Amino acid sequence: MPKTDSLQGSLDLLVLKILSRRPGLHGYAIMSAIQDMSGEVLRAEEGSLYPALHRMEEAGWIRAKWITKDTGRRARIYELTTAGKKQLAAEESRWQAVTSAVNRVLRMA
Amino acid sequence: MSFWTRIVNVLRGDRVSREIDEELQSHIEEAIEHGRDAAEARRAFGSPRRQREESRDVRVIGWLDSLRADAVFGWRRLRKTKVTSAAAILSLALAMGACTSAFRLIDALLLRPLPVTEPEQLYALSRQGIGFDGKPQTFDGWAYPSFRQMRAAVKDQAELIAISYAERMDLTYGPDHEIEKAYLQYVSGWMFGSFGLRPAVGRLFTENDDLKPRAHPYAVLSYDYWARRFGQDPRVVGRTFRMGDDLYEIAGVAEARFTGTETGAVVDIFVPTMMHPAVERSDWTWHRTLARLKPGVAVEPVRARLHATSRAFEQERAKGFTGMTKQSIDRFIGQKLLLEPAAAGASGLQQNYRRSLVACGVLVALVLLIACANVANLMTAQAASRAREMALRVSIGAGRWRLVQLVLVESAWLAFLAAAIGGLFAWWSAPFVVSRINPPDNPARLSLPADWRILLFGLALTIAVTILLGLAPALRASAIKPASALKGGSDPNSRRRMMHGLIAVQVAFCFLVLFTGGLFVVTFDRLSNRPTGFSAERLLTLDTVAQPAQPPVFWDQVAEHLRAVPGVETVALCGWPLLAGNGWNGFVSINGAPPGPVLAYFLSVSPGWTDAMKIHSIDGRDFRASDTSPGVAIINETFAKQFFNGENPIGKSFAKGRNRYDVVGVVRDSPYRGMREPILPVAYVPFHSIDVNGALQPIRAGTFIVRTSGSNPLALASVLRQEVPRARSEFRVSNIRTQADLVRAQTVRERLLAMLALFFAAVALLLAGVGLYGVLHYSVLQRRREIGIHMALGAHGAGIARLVAFDALSMVLVGALAGVALGMASVRYMESLFYQAKPTDLAMLALPALTILAAASLAALPAVLHAVRIDPVKMLRAD
Repeated sequence: MPKTDSLQGSLDLLVLKILSRRPGLHGYAIMSAIQDMSGEVLRAEEGSLYPALHRMEEAGWIRAKWITKDTGRRARIYELTTAGKKQLAAEESRWQAVTSAVNRVLRMA
Repeated sequence: MSFWTRIVNVLRGDRVSREIDEELQSHIEEAIEHGRDAAEARRAFGSPRRQREESRDVRVIGWLDSLRADAVFGWRRLRKTKVTSAAAILSLALAMGACTSAFRLIDALLLRPLPVTEPEQLYALSRQGIGFDGKPQTFDGWAYPSFRQMRAAVKDQAELIAISYAERMDLTYGPDHEIEKAYLQYVSGWMFGSFGLRPAVGRLFTENDDLKPRAHPYAVLSYDYWARRFGQDPRVVGRTFRMGDDLYEIAGVAEARFTGTETGAVVDIFVPTMMHPAVERSDWTWHRTLARLKPGVAVEPVRARLHATSRAFEQERAKGFTGMTKQSIDRFIGQKLLLEPAAAGASGLQQNYRRSLVACGVLVALVLLIACANVANLMTAQAASRAREMALRVSIGAGRWRLVQLVLVESAWLAFLAAAIGGLFAWWSAPFVVSRINPPDNPARLSLPADWRILLFGLALTIAVTILLGLAPALRASAIKPASALKGGSDPNSRRRMMHGLIAVQVAFCFLVLFTGGLFVVTFDRLSNRPTGFSAERLLTLDTVAQPAQPPVFWDQVAEHLRAVPGVETVALCGWPLLAGNGWNGFVSINGAPPGPVLAYFLSVSPGWTDAMKIHSIDGRDFRASDTSPGVAIINETFAKQFFNGENPIGKSFAKGRNRYDVVGVVRDSPYRGMREPILPVAYVPFHSIDVNGALQPIRAGTFIVRTSGSNPLALASVLRQEVPRARSEFRVSNIRTQADLVRAQTVRERLLAMLALFFAAVALLLAGVGLYGVLHYSVLQRRREIGIHMALGAHGAGIARLVAFDALSMVLVGALAGVALGMASVRYMESLFYQAKPTDLAMLALPALTILAAASLAALPAVLHAVRIDPVKMLRAD
């Protein structure tokens, strides 16, 4: 398993969270969603989004399938697996712990 | 799960790449649809190739993927050079198959543990010392009373088990005329329990089945026999059979995995030791003794204790010895008891074939090395033409390890393909060799399961071959310097030096194989052409039993009846046929003097026996119908020389114990028990024997010698088998063999060894020849330009030939010399397998050397001719 640095960790968290709310998104839609929902603050690079998606797929957190869209173009859409839901919960609580810890530090200093 | 999909993805790598590309493409199109600039959207991805690699790395296992790529590439290369690849694979397959086959035999006979609980705790008892005949010997036979004392002595440290030599016995499940043969073994009642064996049906023996002599007429069948003879009928329990005078009841069947402890024979019937006729005799050694050591018991103290007990027993017994010199008795007492591991069982086949099998194993291993050297040379030659390819791979960024892997994968292809074909060869050849181990009427039965032991050996062999083939070229490939290789090669001579070195090694091994092969062939030739002193032509031997024992007159009546059968020339009687392996010996004294240290051997024969055998009479007369034993004797020349110092023995007499014999005739020497022995002093005594009161003794077993007038004696076999009981209903023929078969049976092992050695010598010679041819051919191709220049400068054909062949042929010479040294050093370990074949004979050394030189010259010829015919103009213009 490749090691997750904090940035990747938060990208994973974002992707998992978005997929838990709206299953069946393809890569571009996930990227747009991150952008929209963060009020254009956060932006996932294509160069890191797809390797992350493939890595999470291999880890068994998300699964992918090919669909044919109305336009006739094929797209690869993703949804959460049971393991992915567990992983999301774990990532979320870890994120909470980290941010509250960071906040505490900011307040104290 | 994810590891598995990654492995699966390796196998569908193209699809994975395609999917990744398609997903990225769909992303870009989506982006454009949403109003992004097309170029910018593409740029956001960076290099699509890198993107794909990154994603791909997550989805497939990198090293496995590269392995797959190399395997595919290697397979393509093999297919590109179909003929050479096939030759390489077939030669390797033959050698690897032979090695696997040899391993199967060695494993089955010598290594594989018996299917009993804790086989590693089993030991076999034997005695080592100087035998009665004054020669060093090891003997594993024991007398039961001695066994009983030893068993009591080590009761707390070990369990001793008596197991007789498996014997083919005559028995019947119905009326007397339906006599059949079965392999029978007398075993201690507690053997089955001690081995942790369970019955398939009925029950097995326990200690209680083996208490009082002749009181336990029960039998346990082996599973194999039960299936073969009774079709696994469970109602067999309780059935009876008669053997000799005893009626045995079948108590049960042993479980399938156990076929006895005598490796090489499958026992049919087990009966308790107490049923053996000699169970109370101290002077009859008829069984092996196995010791099962209790856990944690050291071997040596047990051995010392057994030794002391056995020695005390023999010392006590020796007090009653008469007719032996003190020296013989001292030697006999002085024997040392050995306790040797017997996890793989104990059998005569092991003793007979241990060295032969190991020798064969070494021979085939050498052939394998020769084959490996061949293929390695081939690969080196190919690697030369690939130097540029390798250099290119390095310069575009292939790692050194990746190149090593590439070459190793290619040699693994060769090795695995060869192993598969070789496996088939071993599957066929091992049983073939086993079927030729013993004479046809008494086949060796060796179970040769193809289980994990064999598979493991095959795998280890394949890996070893892969490394032998690939390592040198692989390292060479990895050490390549792209700059110089791309410019046109660095040092072509270093490669040629290595190839020449391998040629020397090949020749040395080839010489060794030829040399030992020659010794085996000479041994077989000398043994099978050794004069026998009798004529085996058209001679049948009818081993016959009488039930009950019959007076000698009736035996004569049967002989008379057989003489009247059409097609019969002469008939005579004797105790057993010559060269059947039986023996009867004793010390003799001359003129009342104390007996000497040399054993004499005896055989009872009827009047006319020497004529029937065509043994030439030298002096005196044949027996008369009225002659009895003791009374008169006919002796052979060696007997006369040994005991009568060359004086005319006719009219003189000798004594064997209290029995006196007057010598009435002298006949030509004949081998007695076996062809390998020197001629023994033999006294033939009359078939009619009398007891101390002068009454004729009834006889239970004897052999009719029948010389037929037809050229195929076996044509009369079935007629004679019927005529014997027709003459007198108490008589049955238990075994019919031709005397010629008995003679041939003496050389079965030598024939087998000679056959195998000859075959592998031919293979080795062929491989070495092909190897030399290949190397020379390669070096001519490589040196075309140089040769062209030499020619342009006016070199003659002879000079060119020398240029091409000198190095290689001098390597052949070096190899041959090394082979001679190796041969002289190794032959010592095989000396016991040879008969009158002197390894130091000039002919034995010169013949293989000349053969190799001839083969080498022949192999060098095409390359030399090619070199001489090179057209310098064309050659120099080519580049």
